[in-house]
Amino acid sequence: MIRAIDEPSGAAENVPPLGRAIVITSGKGGVGKTTTVANVGTALAARGARVVLVDADVGLRNLDIVLGLESRVKFHVLDVLEEKASLDEALVRDKRNETLYLLAAAQTREKEDVDTAQMKALIETLRARFDYVLIDCPAGIEMGFKNAIVGAQHAIIVCTPEVSAVRDADRVVGLLPNDWRPELIVNRLRPQLVRKGKMLSVDDVNGILRLPLLGVIADEPNVIVASNRGEPLALDPTSETGSAYRAIAAKIAGEDVAAPVVREPSGGLFAKFGTLFGGRG
Amino acid sequence: MFDFFNKLFKPVQPSGATAKERLRLVLLSDHLALAPDVIEALKRDLLVVISRYVEIDGANADVTFEHREGEVAMLASIPITGVRPRTRAESPTESNGVPRFEPQTAVLESRALDEPQQPELLAPPQDAAPVQPPITASPAVAAAPGTAPRRRRRRKSAAAKHAPPPAKQFNASAQA
Repeated sequence: MIRAIDEPSGAAENVPPLGRAIVITSGKGGVGKTTTVANVGTALAARGARVVLVDADVGLRNLDIVLGLESRVKFHVLDVLEEKASLDEALVRDKRNETLYLLAAAQTREKEDVDTAQMKALIETLRARFDYVLIDCPAGIEMGFKNAIVGAQHAIIVCTPEVSAVRDADRVVGLLPNDWRPELIVNRLRPQLVRKGKMLSVDDVNGILRLPLLGVIADEPNVIVASNRGEPLALDPTSETGSAYRAIAAKIAGEDVAAPVVREPSGGLFAKFGTLFGGRG
Repeated sequence: MFDFFNKLFKPVQPSGATAKERLRLVLLSDHLALAPDVIEALKRDLLVVISRYVEIDGANADVTFEHREGEVAMLASIPITGVRPRTRAESPTESNGVPRFEPQTAVLESRALDEPQQPELLAPPQDAAPVQPPITASPAVAAAPGTAPRRRRRRKSAAAKHAPPPAKQFNASAQA
């Protein structure tokens, strides 16, 4: 279980406790890391925690889009590391949550431009100011991955129920420091396909990976709608997926949360009623 | 024609099960590729066991893994240089190019396989129970392996402690 603050406050009396830096990673691209970071971060901030989301995907900036903050980004991680901008200038405050901030990735630079030691120092600085530092890791296991995990103490593995995603997740777990105990989010699950035997189940996936299960997110159309709008689903009180993200946030904050259950969207009439009354196209 | 009917009536596995099976195999293969030290230990143990029955050229042995359709197979190519006498030989020594048998199972987990072999820690391979101190201290066991080629595996019986006559020892191991 992740706790908000796990470090002793140090020898000096007046050193504030450091927040927790968590890297969200997967190995494979396109499994929903960025969406997960945006939603889990939003849900954590909605609980009152001070949260900063760091986009470590240098060269392929995306987290700002998912959060709907693209027009507010003026400076990025590399500007801060190269002292072209102060941290305060580069941190973008979220539209909806006062305690949620974004540190965007550089769009026109390369992952090799990031100095690993400087990145580690930056995350440490952020930990002093925020309860949670969520790091959006780029796909792959090269330099970008190394820079994304260097300042973190914990990892969340995002994996879809696909052979390729599980294989990559397994590889990434092997590359994380030995004393970490990464947790798993199974993303884009389709319960009806699992029932028909046409998709790997959560048990199939985790039978291989054997990680503590942090949450399960269904593959639902509203995730795409939310992404189109730049409004994380975690804020939608009517969305079951939003509620799954809020449960993940609660679990990260140290609450006892029941094991995740993904309900199969009921077919036929019932589903249509659901769309009529609660759903948003 | 037969093929056609075969295909028609063959129960189709749901793709989820296919995915699960493919995943199992690919990870098996990945993990083997990522664990050269484990493979090395396996090879070492394998050579020792085989060399109990035939004389082998350990230096030119090769153990590989092949990812095939539906399975991962281990392929061992071990040149045989001669046949051992009918009576089963004692645990082989390093003198014939093959290391002594030391079960590696416990060591595999810790991956610490490069430690030098310690003859005094040598235990009979099939003894799952811990070796009792009196046996280890007995003069028969203290002798270096290979110096008494006809001696068989020690038994943990009280009789063995007192160095029984060879005939009795032979009977005891014949039951094993």
